[in-house]
Parts: sequence; structure tokens; C-alpha cells
Amino acid sequence: MTGMLDMDISFLTHAVGPAMAHLSAPGLPLAALPVAGINWHSVLFLLFAALACGFAVGVVAADNVVRMALYLVFSLGATAGLFFLAGAEFIGAMQLMIYVGGTLVLLVFGVMLTAQAPLVSIKPSASDRTLAAVAGASLLALLLTASLSVDAWLKPGSAVVPAPSATPLGMALVGVRVDDPPSASPAGGRTGYMLPFEIVSVHLLVVLVGAAYLARAKRRRTPRALDAVAAAMPVDVESPVAVGSAPVGRTSGGSKSALVGGGR
Amino acid sequence: MMVFGVTCACLPSAIPLPPCLGIVPLFGANPFTDPIGLIHYLIVGAVLFTAGVACMALKRNALGILMGIELVLNGANINFVAFSSPYLRAEGTPTLGLDGQVVALFVILLAAAEAAVALAITLNFYNNHATVDVDRADDLKG
Repeated sequence: MTGMLDMDISFLTHAVGPAMAHLSAPGLPLAALPVAGINWHSVLFLLFAALACGFAVGVVAADNVVRMALYLVFSLGATAGLFFLAGAEFIGAMQLMIYVGGTLVLLVFGVMLTAQAPLVSIKPSASDRTLAAVAGASLLALLLTASLSVDAWLKPGSAVVPAPSATPLGMALVGVRVDDPPSASPAGGRTGYMLPFEIVSVHLLVVLVGAAYLARAKRRRTPRALDAVAAAMPVDVESPVAVGSAPVGRTSGGSKSALVGGGR
Repeated sequence: MMVFGVTCACLPSAIPLPPCLGIVPLFGANPFTDPIGLIHYLIVGAVLFTAGVACMALKRNALGILMGIELVLNGANINFVAFSSPYLRAEGTPTLGLDGQVVALFVILLAAAEAAVALAITLNFYNNHATVDVDRADDLKG
């Protein structure tokens, strides 16, 4: 497994000119082609960067919320590719699994649950678009100015690639640092991440309970004008908790009678 | 490698440009042979961040605002990972090391939690108002 990863990384991060030299047949001088000196790391970076930026702009430009969700999937997937190229394999894998596989599926479910015909594309006004374009361009110029103002950040990278391993990351999460300290950091001054790890675990539990509580189906007062929409909603929109505790028909009937009697 | 007569090395103030136009000499570098550096990742992160902020400000669909938040968090995450990567820095330059990756991991987890809660709130709003247009969420307006 480790050997396979090493091989992948060396393919990604080194120019493959020497590796392709023995591939060139006598009649086909590959070394003369411009492909020989190609830095595949840069090419893959350009590909993923263009995908990430292009689809991110697509999310802003699209009006249809389903298309926005699709573009966001592509943008975040390309971001995972950028993480792989930066040598953060575990973060890239987590990006794919949690973001693309979890969070975005959640978002797509939200899109599907709320995709009534007039709500699929809510268009902002033209003046809002202009304002957003101007503000976005200003913010981008500010960020680029800040990024380009540090000389140390402009230097091209070195070819030093650490062996890919998730072990230091996992050990840091349980509070033990086994990675090499950066040259500038004081020895012994580095801490593990046990406490943030535990806080995040409890936070996820609280979020799970809170989200289930917020999204549960409950007896509610709906404005009278929305009665048709509420009646047209399929029964399985209700959460299984409500189905288990009371018959669905009675629940919705109760809400309808409260709706007719209560009004606004 | 010199292709258009310009390389990455001549970036710092070869021509007196406005600071944000310092990106222009980057286009002169041959993207297929020159190694990439930290600045390339920072530019991608800035574009994603800006797209996310514009998305949050522009969209009237509550789910569109959520997608803008995801984009902003990803732009920040790209910067964390880029600063932690030794490959993108010149040799001997101190990096964030493992800390950047750990923080990026926490950001991903917190973004998932935030999306779950925000989606629950959005569905609640949809159930009560039959719309996801945030301009209609003005019940508390005096």
C-alpha cells in the first residue's frame, strides 16, 4: 500500500522526462516533442485549479439552484484534487468523503425538498448583479494584492515531498506529535489536538440532535394562502418520528383544521 | 524555462504595476514546465473565497447562500493546506506543517455540521413560509 502511494506521488510530482525516454521508438523521437519536459504536477494543478475556479464562478452565475448544486459538486471535487497535489492526501480524501459525499448530498436533498417550480430559480435583480460584480472584483483585487505583497510567497516550490502517511495526523488528533517540527518552531512548544478533537466530537453530537429536532415534522400553523401547497406535499415529507407516534392522516388533518380555524 | 521571455523569477517589480496586477507576470511563465508555488494556490483560494462571498450576497435562495458558505470555507481550506505543504515552498522555508492540515480537517467537519443545522433551519422556514426566498423572511421587521 505504501509502495503504491509512493509510486503515485512520484508520478505526480516529478517531470516524467527520464521515464519516457525509454518509451521513444527509433522512428518516433519523443524527446524532441515538447511533451518530454512537461511538469505533470503543474499541468494537473492547472486542470484542477481551472475546474475549481470555473465552477465556483458558475455557482455564482447560475440562477437554477439545481445547477448551482451540480457546479458546487464539481468545484469541491476539483478542490480535493488540489489537496492531493499539495501533498495532503488525507485531507483530500476527507474532502471527497465528507464534503462531496456527505454535505453536498445533504444540500441536494434540501434542493429537492424545496424545488417547487417558482423556487427553482429566484433571479436577483440586475442592479444587485452589478453591485455584486463590482464588490466581488474589489474583494478579489484586495485579496490578490495581499497575496502578492509577500515576496516569500512568490517563490516557486521545491521538489521536497514528504512520504505520504496519515499516521502523524492521526497521532496529532489524539494528542501526540510525531511529525518533524518545522525549522522555525520552538522545540517542545507544539501541542496535540486532543481537546479540539473532543470538542468537535461533542459538537457533532449536539449538531445531530439539534438538526433532528429542528427538522422534525410538527403540528404547525401554516398561513391560509398556503393551504394548497401544504396539501399537495407528499406524505413522506414528514419525518418517521411523527409517523411512528401518530398516524400521518391524523397529524395532517389536525394541522389543517387548526389552519382553517385559526387563520391569521 | 524561458518561453515568453518571462519567468516566475522576474515577478517582483520588474515593471511598476499596481500591486494587484502583479498577477500578470504569472501568465508569462510557461504553465506546463515551471513548478507551481504557494502563490498559485493562494490565487485559487482567493477566487473561491470571492465567489463564495458574492454568492452569499447575491443569491436570494437560502440554499444558494449555504453554497456560498461552503465555497468560502473551501477557499480558506485551500490556503491552510497550501501553507502547510512543503512542496509549494522554496527549500528551507518554514511551513505550517501538520497544523495546517489538522485545522483544514476541523474546518471540513465544522462545515458539515454547519450545513446540517442550516439545512434544518431552511427546511423549517420552507415548512412555515412555503418559500426559500430569504427576502420573504421579514417576520421580525418592525
